[in-house]
Amino acid sequence: MQYMLMMYETNEEMQRRNTAEAGAYWGAWSAYVEALAAAKVIVNGDGLQLPETATTLRMQNGKRFVQDGPFAEAKEQLGGYFVIEVENLDQALEWASRAPCAAAGGIEVRPVLPPMA
Amino acid sequence: MNSAGELVSQIARESRAKLVASLAARTSDIASAEDAVAEAFRAALEYWPVKGIPQNPAGWLFTVATRRLTDQFRKTSHETELTGDYADATTESPENYLNDERLQLFFVCAHPGIDENVRAALMLQTILGLDAERIASAYLVSPAAMAKRLVRAKNKIRISKIPFVIPEAHELAARTTAVLDAIYGAYGLGHDDIDGGTTAHIGLADEAIYLVRTLTEILPHSAEVLGLLALMLFSAARAPSRRNADGDYIPLQNQDPKLWRVNFILEADAALKRAAAMHSIGPFQLEAAIQAVHTARGVTGKTDWGAICELYAGLIELQPTVGAQVACAAALLQKGDIPLARTMLDQVSAVAQSYQPFWAVTAELLIAEKKTQEAHAAFRRAAALANDAAARAYLLRRLPVSL
Repeated sequence: MQYMLMMYETNEEMQRRNTAEAGAYWGAWSAYVEALAAAKVIVNGDGLQLPETATTLRMQNGKRFVQDGPFAEAKEQLGGYFVIEVENLDQALEWASRAPCAAAGGIEVRPVLPPMA
Repeated sequence: MNSAGELVSQIARESRAKLVASLAARTSDIASAEDAVAEAFRAALEYWPVKGIPQNPAGWLFTVATRRLTDQFRKTSHETELTGDYADATTESPENYLNDERLQLFFVCAHPGIDENVRAALMLQTILGLDAERIASAYLVSPAAMAKRLVRAKNKIRISKIPFVIPEAHELAARTTAVLDAIYGAYGLGHDDIDGGTTAHIGLADEAIYLVRTLTEILPHSAEVLGLLALMLFSAARAPSRRNADGDYIPLQNQDPKLWRVNFILEADAALKRAAAMHSIGPFQLEAAIQAVHTARGVTGKTDWGAICELYAGLIELQPTVGAQVACAAALLQKGDIPLARTMLDQVSAVAQSYQPFWAVTAELLIAEKKTQEAHAAFRRAAALANDAAARAYLLRRLPVSL
């Protein structure tokens, strides 16, 4: 059973990437990824550039509306995602609880759609 | 013919929950498990009168329900060969097929991933087999809305695969509390030892008691499960005395103990004793102990308010809820400790402005403080917030006349 862990971070947490704390910030994430890999649960995943680099597009009446910024303004923004393969929701939540942003944002856990027949 | 029908409904009552839990545990699909079990009961009504009652009726039902599930699975995966005939189910129904996975089902229904507002309804449906219409009428929502909530929760359990497991030791206490809180909510009792205090009595008291009784069977070493059972039974024991023949509200102090249900009180006492022997105190046990003191009036003729105040102090230490603090103030007032009752009420007044029992106690306290005019306003406020007509009428009768 595959779940996507969507890593939401507070603005403050994301900005740590650009401060003297960057080393500690990235260290925590690479340790987390290593743990996922060591447990052989990781399917794929990526970190994302900061939300200010995002561009959002909507089509309305055949016209493109392009906007600077993320899809929704919110206190927490998507900072990255992982797809993991585990048996059930409890195991997925267990992995979510270990993510560096668990206490500085939150993680949305969602089952991945099975492949289309 | 009739005896087979009676047997089916008796077995339905006794083993429905086990059958549903056992099937759903394999697939996380509660809705299909319920359908399959219903189908098995229909098949039993058809076959048993003709072919005779099988040696192991529950095993027979389990086999038929399992086949039904398999058939459904094949249908949805476009395979054509169906097993169809249920007549020979008896030949392959070893008893140990049917594990008791009801506890896992309770934990799934109260999983943190399930909306708190639907947990009790899920238990009532999956464990007791209550239909959405019955549950909806108790919760004052439309049957369609309740059905939708239940379907949504079952889909969540199936699609996100909430596992049918007993939580690990470090989580067990918290997860058990979630189960008990949901059932407590279905009972809807709150603190009913406040004169004129109304609580949202949901008409599911018997069902909620049944759920907790079931839990005491399958989780026998949890003191709080027994505490909740005792609490509900004490409260249910007094139900016949809460209204007089005209339907008027009778405050606890004026209730006639001769009307109390003795068998409920005995069972509650026994449950509370068993809980106490486990030396693991918790809020439900303390609330049950408070009810035990009230009930003791039936024997001693008076209420030990000192003991009740101490128990409330313990409860507030564990769980400083507004309800407990307001009820504690009411007990302090009864004990005659007006200043302390005032302190307690003042502490919660900022957050309790819409809490009906707060105004009922405030009104009585103001009477004790001889502030008639303010008491008048407080009784009116309590009456305005009351959700049941009898309590409202009682509060309005209490309005001081000498203005």
